[in-house]
Amino acid sequence: MTAETATVTVCRSTGCEAKGAGRVFAALEEAVAELAADGKQVRLKPTGCHGLCELGPIVVIQPGDIFYQNVREEDVPGIVRETILGGRLIESLLYEEPSSGEKLTCSAEIPFYSKQMRIVLQHNGIIDPTSIDEYVAVGGYGGLVRALTEMTPEEVIAQIEVAGLRGRGGGGFPTGRKWRSCREAGGETKYVICNGDEGDPGAFMDRSIMEGNPHAVIEGIIIGAYAIGAHEGFIYVRNEYPLAVVRLRKAIEDARRHGLLGRDILGSGFSLSIRINRGGGAFVCGESTALMASLEGRVGEPREKYVHTVEAGLHDNPTCLNNVETWANVPAIISRGGEWFASIGTEGSKGTKVFSLVGNVRNTGLVEVPMGITLREIVYDIGGGVPAGKALKAVQTGGPSGGCIPASLLDSPVDFDRLSELGSMMGSGGLIVMDEDTCMVNVARYFVNFLQEESCGKCTACREGIAQMSHILTRICEGEGREGDVELLLELCDIAEDAALCALGATAPNPVRSTIKHFPEEYHEHIREKHCPARECRGLFRYEILTEACTGCGRCRKECPEQAITGERKEPHVIEQSKCVQCGACFEACRFSAVVKV
Amino acid sequence: MERDTATRDYCVAAEKVAEAYSGDPDFVIPMLQDLQADFGYVPPEAARHVAELLHVPLSQLYSVATFYKSLSLVPRGKHLITVCMGTVCYLKGAREISAAIQSHLNVRPGETTADRLFTFQPVNCLGACALAPVMLIDNEYFDKVKLDQVADILAGYAKKEESDRDRD
Repeated sequence: MTAETATVTVCRSTGCEAKGAGRVFAALEEAVAELAADGKQVRLKPTGCHGLCELGPIVVIQPGDIFYQNVREEDVPGIVRETILGGRLIESLLYEEPSSGEKLTCSAEIPFYSKQMRIVLQHNGIIDPTSIDEYVAVGGYGGLVRALTEMTPEEVIAQIEVAGLRGRGGGGFPTGRKWRSCREAGGETKYVICNGDEGDPGAFMDRSIMEGNPHAVIEGIIIGAYAIGAHEGFIYVRNEYPLAVVRLRKAIEDARRHGLLGRDILGSGFSLSIRINRGGGAFVCGESTALMASLEGRVGEPREKYVHTVEAGLHDNPTCLNNVETWANVPAIISRGGEWFASIGTEGSKGTKVFSLVGNVRNTGLVEVPMGITLREIVYDIGGGVPAGKALKAVQTGGPSGGCIPASLLDSPVDFDRLSELGSMMGSGGLIVMDEDTCMVNVARYFVNFLQEESCGKCTACREGIAQMSHILTRICEGEGREGDVELLLELCDIAEDAALCALGATAPNPVRSTIKHFPEEYHEHIREKHCPARECRGLFRYEILTEACTGCGRCRKECPEQAITGERKEPHVIEQSKCVQCGACFEACRFSAVVKV
Repeated sequence: MERDTATRDYCVAAEKVAEAYSGDPDFVIPMLQDLQADFGYVPPEAARHVAELLHVPLSQLYSVATFYKSLSLVPRGKHLITVCMGTVCYLKGAREISAAIQSHLNVRPGETTADRLFTFQPVNCLGACALAPVMLIDNEYFDKVKLDQVADILAGYAKKEESDRDRD
């Protein structure tokens, strides 16, 4: 390999940037400039998220598809000298297979990637997200050209229907049916909206798509607007995603300059303008009617949906709102055909889904898999399993609207309907792996508290019901649970599901019901024995020192803020339980694993 | 588009944001966001003037400004400290980090320190779960934050502020 032909890519999405990718990129820029002065041309470019965020910053070098992980600024001189100029691999930067210790060179070899099926994310990590030319070079906007020049709007909708695409934001509503309803709704003025208000904690798929391949989203929106007959589009981006806003803005500007947005697109006679609106920090604005209220300059309060938004949405006009990932699937479907898409996945869930695989899992990051793959394959084959030798307890899907699926059901396929049957839901794609040290009652409390904070307050069932659920769960986690609490929680769940105005309140029961159903013994132990079996709820377990493991080093004694630990040097120490406030300082301090939670 | 931050003339600022969005009441939220970007918060006087220009009730602006957590009607600190309270960060100790910041700075969530150096605003998920627990100060991310790092990080900012002040 000669330096003349080398291309170096650095992931510059939020995750890698936070770990110093910017400094790595700057150092490489300097190095590349020096090489250029010597007549050696090396291409350096930023890319979007590769997905394996755990191992960022990620640098990939062509030719050879050399995948370097955990790259620091100080590694750059070595990379230039050894790999770019010398054609040699730097072992310490290569991915290491955890069980065998084998070093792998290319991302294609790494199980995390080799078991995925990347359609939406196929160009993330490969193209520069700020370059429309690179997007076009990999076939971008080919779908739009086909739609505008070879297909009628009806034919576009038919392809989406054949594809069987279902909404990727959580609802799973058939996209083709939504588009058809919107097209058939009366009225001249119609709108398309891209819901980029990804609020589910633990989910960042949409962020990575918007940051890593904004043109895929825009192309999808233009195709959809053409199919529906809308001439104005909005992309609503969470306030917490400033980089996504920057990338989308640039992409819209570039698309406009190339005649792909604006009046008479590609001479087709179809016109569309897109503007970006930023969210204001309200989770509830991810709900379609609340989002539209926000676009109208109002407070994000949902409304009843007797009349669907496809008939009367933004300003009472027919509006088609879809999630970022849904829009990003459209170009591929139109380019390759609905039948191709429908050949992937299960009977009821076609295509792929991007998940954020996070929590107690080795390979934290974004994965795209065909529908129908099992949770076990995702967590173990792709995710690398649970670290530190811990047992897997549950996988939480669907964010605050979802539920916990216990380890015993890990062979369940990922599919909209199957996950709902299990008491959870697909949701936007957050997949949180929880190990044996996770208290499931605390998990329910976390989600209920989250929803309580984010509830708009409009309807009593949600505002008051969730507040009461939160009080009860807090009492239980603080050792003040009472007989009858579980039954009361379930009753409150029934009320919220029946009477809440929108899905925030109506799905709030899911985390509570699923944890009660699959982990009832944890609730009972909290309530009856005032003990937390996962040893997570402070005050509901004890810290003790194992005599046989304690070396008497005294670190714990020094760290203890209550002077609750006694012991002579080199003699086993003891915690005086009456003084102990369960702060955990001794547990953190001990280097011999002699302090245990009981 | 130039913004008149030097003179803090709220009326001029209000006129500019109203004009930038063609006086359309639909864009009340972006207008308030622009005012916040300029002043660090939404000055109530500016909001009042926007309401007059747009012919919308002040109560609508007030309800919007108080509903959306990212908007503030009171001046914020020089540095905005954000702790992510997403699921993964929560499971990895975000609550303890939040408590440490609150105790260290003597503020509650949403409040600003007496010396106006820091505002503490926890947020429900930054979408950087591989970095959990995550803390963000302005645009600087701190990943996999440990409890014992909090005091040092905050001290670093305070020290820089002191040396900036001494220099000026």
